Amino acid sequence: MSEPVLPLGGASYSGLVTVSEHGPIGQVTFRGDLSSEAVKAAIKDVTGRDVPGLREVSGDGDTCVIWMSPDELLLICGYAEAGGLVDALTEKLAGEHVLAVNVSDARAAFRLKGKHVREVLGKLAPVDLDPAVFTPGMVRRTRLAQVAAGFWLLDQETAQVFCFRSVSEYMFNLLKTVSDPQSAVGYYSA
Amino acid sequence: MSTRLASGGRLTNRSKQIEFSFDGKRLTGFEGDTLASALLANDQMMLGRSFKYHRPRGLVASGSEEPNALVNLGKGDTHEPNQRATTTELFSGLEATSQNHWPNLDMDIGAVNGLFSRFLTAGFYYKMFIHPRPFWKHIYEPFIRQSAGLGKAPKAEARDPDTYEHFYAYVDVLVIGGGVAGLQAAKAAGEAGAKVLLVEQTAHWGGRAVVDGGTIDGMEAEEWVKTTLEALGKMDNVQVRSRTMGAGVYDHGYILCYERVRDHAPLAGGPRHRMWKVRAKQTVTATGAIERPLSFAGNDIPGVMLASAVRDYVVNYGVSVGDRTVVVTNNDDAYRTAIALKKAGMDVPVIVDARQMGGGALMDEAKALGIRVETGRGIAKVKGGKRVTGVTICNQQGEGAMIEEIACDCVAMSGGWSPVVHLWSHCGGKLNWDDAQAMFRPDHDRAPTSHDGKPFVTVAGSANGYLGLKDVLEDADTAGKSVSGSSAMTDAPKAENAEEKPLEPVWLMPQGASYDLRMKAWLDYQNDVKVSDVQLAAREGYESVEHTKRYTTLGMATDQGKLSNINGLATLSNALNEAIPQVGTTTFRPPYTPFSMGAIAGEARGDIFQPIRKTPMHQWHMDNGAEFEPVGHWRRPYCFPKAGESKHDAVMREVRATRDSLGLLDASTLGKIIVKGSDAGKFLDMLYTNMMSTLKPGKCRYGLMCNENGFLSDDGVVARIDEDTFLCHTTTGGADRIHAHMEEWLQTEWWDWKVYTANVTEQYAQVAVVGPNARKVLEKLGGMDVSKEAIAFMEWKDGTLGGYNARVYRISFSGELSYEIAVPANQGRDFWDALLEAGAEFNVTPYGTEALHIMRAEKGFIMIGDETDGTIIPQDLGLHWAISKKKEDYLGKRAQERLHMADPNRWQLVGLETLDGSVLPDGAYAVGEGYNANKQRNTQGRVTSTYYSPTLNKGIAMGIVHNGPNRMGEDIPFMAVDGETIIRAKIVNPVFFDPEGAKQNV
Repeated sequence: MSEPVLPLGGASYSGLVTVSEHGPIGQVTFRGDLSSEAVKAAIKDVTGRDVPGLREVSGDGDTCVIWMSPDELLLICGYAEAGGLVDALTEKLAGEHVLAVNVSDARAAFRLKGKHVREVLGKLAPVDLDPAVFTPGMVRRTRLAQVAAGFWLLDQETAQVFCFRSVSEYMFNLLKTVSDPQSAVGYYSA
Repeated sequence: MSTRLASGGRLTNRSKQIEFSFDGKRLTGFEGDTLASALLANDQMMLGRSFKYHRPRGLVASGSEEPNALVNLGKGDTHEPNQRATTTELFSGLEATSQNHWPNLDMDIGAVNGLFSRFLTAGFYYKMFIHPRPFWKHIYEPFIRQSAGLGKAPKAEARDPDTYEHFYAYVDVLVIGGGVAGLQAAKAAGEAGAKVLLVEQTAHWGGRAVVDGGTIDGMEAEEWVKTTLEALGKMDNVQVRSRTMGAGVYDHGYILCYERVRDHAPLAGGPRHRMWKVRAKQTVTATGAIERPLSFAGNDIPGVMLASAVRDYVVNYGVSVGDRTVVVTNNDDAYRTAIALKKAGMDVPVIVDARQMGGGALMDEAKALGIRVETGRGIAKVKGGKRVTGVTICNQQGEGAMIEEIACDCVAMSGGWSPVVHLWSHCGGKLNWDDAQAMFRPDHDRAPTSHDGKPFVTVAGSANGYLGLKDVLEDADTAGKSVSGSSAMTDAPKAENAEEKPLEPVWLMPQGASYDLRMKAWLDYQNDVKVSDVQLAAREGYESVEHTKRYTTLGMATDQGKLSNINGLATLSNALNEAIPQVGTTTFRPPYTPFSMGAIAGEARGDIFQPIRKTPMHQWHMDNGAEFEPVGHWRRPYCFPKAGESKHDAVMREVRATRDSLGLLDASTLGKIIVKGSDAGKFLDMLYTNMMSTLKPGKCRYGLMCNENGFLSDDGVVARIDEDTFLCHTTTGGADRIHAHMEEWLQTEWWDWKVYTANVTEQYAQVAVVGPNARKVLEKLGGMDVSKEAIAFMEWKDGTLGGYNARVYRISFSGELSYEIAVPANQGRDFWDALLEAGAEFNVTPYGTEALHIMRAEKGFIMIGDETDGTIIPQDLGLHWAISKKKEDYLGKRAQERLHMADPNRWQLVGLETLDGSVLPDGAYAVGEGYNANKQRNTQGRVTSTYYSPTLNKGIAMGIVHNGPNRMGEDIPFMAVDGETIIRAKIVNPVFFDPEGAKQNV
């Protein structure tokens, strides 16, 4: 099997921040009772990560578990590992009421890097990006302009944005537009 | 004449000259000028004409309250109408033109309206144009539209070259207004540790205090402003933005601010405007106050200005409005203008003070400067046409008999001050009438409240009705501390209130003015509303200020009555003999001043105007000439015309090629929702009208979904993956809606059912491989058995095809041998290419949505959105076979049992064939006998979808007809779009093609 095809073939742009299509990455949607010990144990066992708290991410950029809703997680792993992860979770949680499904191709991901990363996101998402409020390890499921999206901070200057594959081109053009080098707001970086 | 003074102008830089043009004339100003001050410096007093009478209009104010000085700015792509000269910072190359006149500003035909002003009174339009009724639409309205409007609309082909953006900010305290009150409030809140954003609509800080003077903490006001700004700059938790207007206050502390990033420097890069969407826990409105005009005859003649504005132009820009200025006032503040003018070396022949006793210390100071003061007097009338030439003085208590005529070229008027309560009021803040100061002031006990019932807006300074410097600063300090929860024991900055005598309300000058004078006493300059108009409205029975506003158009112009509202309602209350608070104010609505459309749109223009969803094969469609149609946010190929081929011909070719050999459809957009859990079967039995729980793993079943009112909402094929798991296909447009529908039922009603859903629509690319050679092409790709025995009709299997991981569904929407194949989205394009390559020998033909629609119509399959429109139940469409009789319940069942739903008279689905083989018009009605109560022709049915069938070589249609299924073979009349031509069509079985299903079951 050849290398997975990225929605935009690995597009990138450099302005207020660098915007680069990220991936391929493995993505698994998991739904279940996040407070159950069995679920916690299985997630830990299979991913090596804890079940994250409300609006949090556990792990690092390439392998992590993202809180998506009170009963949903997104597991990020290597592209080739997603199928095995689904199988392992399904097996470990046989008899439990859960759902695990490989959605690696359903979403596009972008990495935003640069000191203006908060401002760039702040032009598109109704989210408080104050460094004291939104810190690395937190995630927001929200919208960027007109489409559903989510993002988390890997560090103070790096964010990962995800959205559905079909709107990846819109998302890239959007991020590019608001990263125009002459459009700094001077709010978070002031 | 108005001119630049030899020196002065705290905001202008005289070493930097700037060229600009007005009505084509090349003029110069200085850096720091506004367009208004630069025009005045060039003796351009008259700037436009009024809306109704086309009266000459000049500057009245110096800020955002200006009603008259509206110009067209820029040209071509950058042309913008109705831009206020007073808030337009001058830049090199600025091009402005005046508005609302023809043929030119000086000589205007429309001014003839003024001669008939006696007849163009309040409500004129309503009274004049109401009869005869049909005239409105065909004669009056087109004429009025011609003559209405101020600035020119941009040309249709103009394209704004600038960019715009939005920005979301979250703060503890938003302070609106950068005068001394705003600065102090921000400082107090900042010192308490709150996260503060301070915005100021102009480019400069300090508001009126820096013009009017005063001492704060031992410093000149200007020095204190500078020091305070520096202190704010050092606080990490405080941000300040100039050129940013607090535009609107909305529920729960949501505030819109409008930043004009580079209107003053159009050649700079970056966005032109930025719309701030601020969530503030607390907002302080330190929005200052606006001076009121006085209502005397001729108060609209160019050269009559607010006293504070005359002062601003001298102090801020070193510009004098005239050589001889008569000051007319009912309060002490206007004396400051006389003093400033005198000190700048100009003449003030007289101060006309309507108060019998005159003023206090400021009056003494003026007198000491040698200025004559006339108390108890008023202006009877201003002389002049396009420019003030003089005034006649009268007794304020009289009817306007002239005592004296005084030559002058400027009149500086002051009727007192009105706090800017707009932002306080946007979200429900209430006002009290302050009799002593003759102003509406915010009522702190009735503040705008948030979700918790607690106030989220606090008002400070002059906006709160405090006009003395000491009061302003103390109020602002208290406001800043209270919104930040500060318990600091620090004192407010030290300042003194100037000693002033109280004002005396003057709503008409002289108070007994005759009708002729009242007819020339303007309230609303832009819309031409006079004292006499409001009085007429009152006589005609208008008691509500809101009704009077609409009847007279008072305060309805682009300035939203910033100068006219209080004078207008005071006039109304006098006419009604009611107290002002009883009459009340009109509603203050956002935005505070108009902002650009670009700022509202933000980044959404060009290729990011709207998100367009694209499948993995979209680029192939683009490269191969697809004509697209929108389906939800997707763009799906409608057909793929070859060079020189019409769309119709392409569709015909695609249908024939598919029926004859092999067609491909990009079906990736269809919704795919996984439903899993031990209660999944039970859940789907409730969602679908038919039974899903009995479906065996490996099998597919077509199902219908209704909403709780029984109406057909979506359809699609359900595949059972395993004991606990189903995959539900939805329509393209229904994917997100149906997923939300499922989640809503699961989360609100059946929260204890063990079911999870996941929308995996975008995980897969899906291709329909359709036609007699469908199996052959898949066998050629190889990898799994796709024979009839291995995958029978309505079965699915996982496997590989040509090396691609595939899930193969044997389903058909065309009546042909057909497979739908899902592969991971990232491989979608490769798989499509592989099918094209393998299919070449079978004349493989990609087809679009129109061919899809025709093929399904030939088979009599219904289409959500064609045969359904939100009023159709499955029973209307003959889908009884898909409605389970065994199930106790499903969504919509109860509704479908209601009398109207079970009525045998409901129109029913049938096929339709025209007698002459032509195509019925879409949506055409089958007409019945006679007419209904509304004199409309009775109807007995309508066309729901209609096509030319290349398979059958004739027009085919589906429709719903009264008693349709019982009238097979009958021909009924359909009305063409022209409303005259009758087209006869025969009622037939809706399955036109291969009713036995022989072709798909091979």
